[in-house]
Amino acid sequence: MKRGNPWLWSTAVLVYAFLYIPLIIVVLYSFNDSRLNAEWVGFTLFWYKALFNNTEMLLAARNSLIIALCASFCATLLGTMSGLAIHRYKLKVLPVLVFTPVAMPEILLGVSILLFFLQVLNFTLGMVSIIIAHTTFCIGFVAIIVRARLQGMDESIFEAARDLGASPWQTFRLITLPLIMPAVVAGALMSFTLSIDDFVITFFTKGVGEPILPIQIYTMIKVAVTPEVNAISTLLMLLTLVMIIIAARLESNGSSEGSAKPHTAKQAAK
Amino acid sequence: MKEKRLARLLVSGPPLLFLIVFFVAPSLIMILTSFRFPGEFGGLAPITPPWGKAIGEYGFTSDAYQFFFSDFIYTEIFLKSFAVAFGTTLICLILAYPLAVLIARSRKHLRNLMVLLVILPFASNFLIRIYAWMIILGPESALSHFVNTVLGAFGIAPVTLLFSPFAVLVGMVYVHLPFMVLPLYTNLEKHDPSLLDAAQDLGANAWQRFWRVTWPLSLPGVFSGSALVFIPVLGMFAVPDILGGTGDILIGNLIKDQFLGTRDWPFGSALSIMLTLAVLSVAGLTTWFARSATGQRAL
Repeated sequence: MKRGNPWLWSTAVLVYAFLYIPLIIVVLYSFNDSRLNAEWVGFTLFWYKALFNNTEMLLAARNSLIIALCASFCATLLGTMSGLAIHRYKLKVLPVLVFTPVAMPEILLGVSILLFFLQVLNFTLGMVSIIIAHTTFCIGFVAIIVRARLQGMDESIFEAARDLGASPWQTFRLITLPLIMPAVVAGALMSFTLSIDDFVITFFTKGVGEPILPIQIYTMIKVAVTPEVNAISTLLMLLTLVMIIIAARLESNGSSEGSAKPHTAKQAAK
Repeated sequence: MKEKRLARLLVSGPPLLFLIVFFVAPSLIMILTSFRFPGEFGGLAPITPPWGKAIGEYGFTSDAYQFFFSDFIYTEIFLKSFAVAFGTTLICLILAYPLAVLIARSRKHLRNLMVLLVILPFASNFLIRIYAWMIILGPESALSHFVNTVLGAFGIAPVTLLFSPFAVLVGMVYVHLPFMVLPLYTNLEKHDPSLLDAAQDLGANAWQRFWRVTWPLSLPGVFSGSALVFIPVLGMFAVPDILGGTGDILIGNLIKDQFLGTRDWPFGSALSIMLTLAVLSVAGLTTWFARSATGQRAL
């Protein structure tokens, strides 16, 4: 095998630059002492101060946080159940319903939920419709993570528990749940991040009431761009970064536990 | 046995119920809506005629679909969306393939870091990633100045980079690139390096080793990566909305306008159904191609 093909390396460096330069620019200009995102003038924290004095923005952040917490709670609950059910039973309908919202363009989910709420439930759109819409597409992500974890585990543990006289509920509470816990938490963090970042579905299901963070950012970008957008962007990046690190930690800790390994090795050998 | 069935119901029942109510039912409503008449002030006309008002539009109709085909501009927007999706997929493939090969051939420790570096920007807010290109391509940006100085040296009139089809394509590639890198990497990582050694021993040059060994083996990864890029691009409205000009409307923008602008729900629903059909056929074609490609390999 060729080591260090210069052509490959240079393309890789270019792609990484393409991925990172835009984000670095956003962060850099959040500290720039100029209204225009054009040239570097000097260091300032003015945009962060402006952000924390922007009551509308703070309210939007609070609302988004509430939505993300509720949606990730519901999605984790239903997603874990789906992951367990799909892994354990031969189901035909549930996998299709769980994974389709993940694969299809978000706009379709947004449109259909908008129509459903306005026509059938005769319901004003707002936080509740956003929470439900977010839950619908986050269930799939949680289910994927939980199912992957279950697939890597040795079935004989559950049989042993049952042979020793544990009821299904006891087996679940004492064996299954502790074992899948890292995946459940990772799924919860992932749905939280997806929910707080989601723009398209929120845009369709938001209604006219409360300010929501992504919509607020969208309005700022469309109407009047100031480096305040950069400041909120930088803070959000920081938040997602922390979430990702925690989730990655949990998942890698989970998969390095002894019980999972022999089984995956066996599967790989097949 | 009875206990087992109860457990099964308890575990699969709640998510099934939730998704039937909030995913299946809304989808059916969308289909139904596409066959209705728009209301006078947005929304929908009633299905049954209102009392004392016999004339008017009510009930079911295929008007929305006929309207789509009555003006070529809508077909054109669909074709344009497919072209943008195809272009984005191709550019992503060209950028992602060398990177995925490099990651797959790196040492294990480096490999995980490189994959993480691909995912990380993807975790930042979607709007922010688009906004970043507004700064870079803006008329006051260093890139714009540079491009226009170069063009000026050749006596070409200055161009605006932002609010153009070019900006839309750049934004689309930027937002979807990780979707291409990851499946490619997962596939390439599984290749047996001794195959390439064998090819080399048999006298294949670098190009032949790539074209006759690596590429055919990587086709499943190419297909799944392409589907993961093509499908979301087809329905995307935020990128053209923010980075594109008034002429760069795609299917997503058209759908958005029907619900949040002109409020023609039946037409918006009909467009959504057609987008769904487009997505389903793309997904079906990809699976079919991938299957026949891997089938060939087995022979």
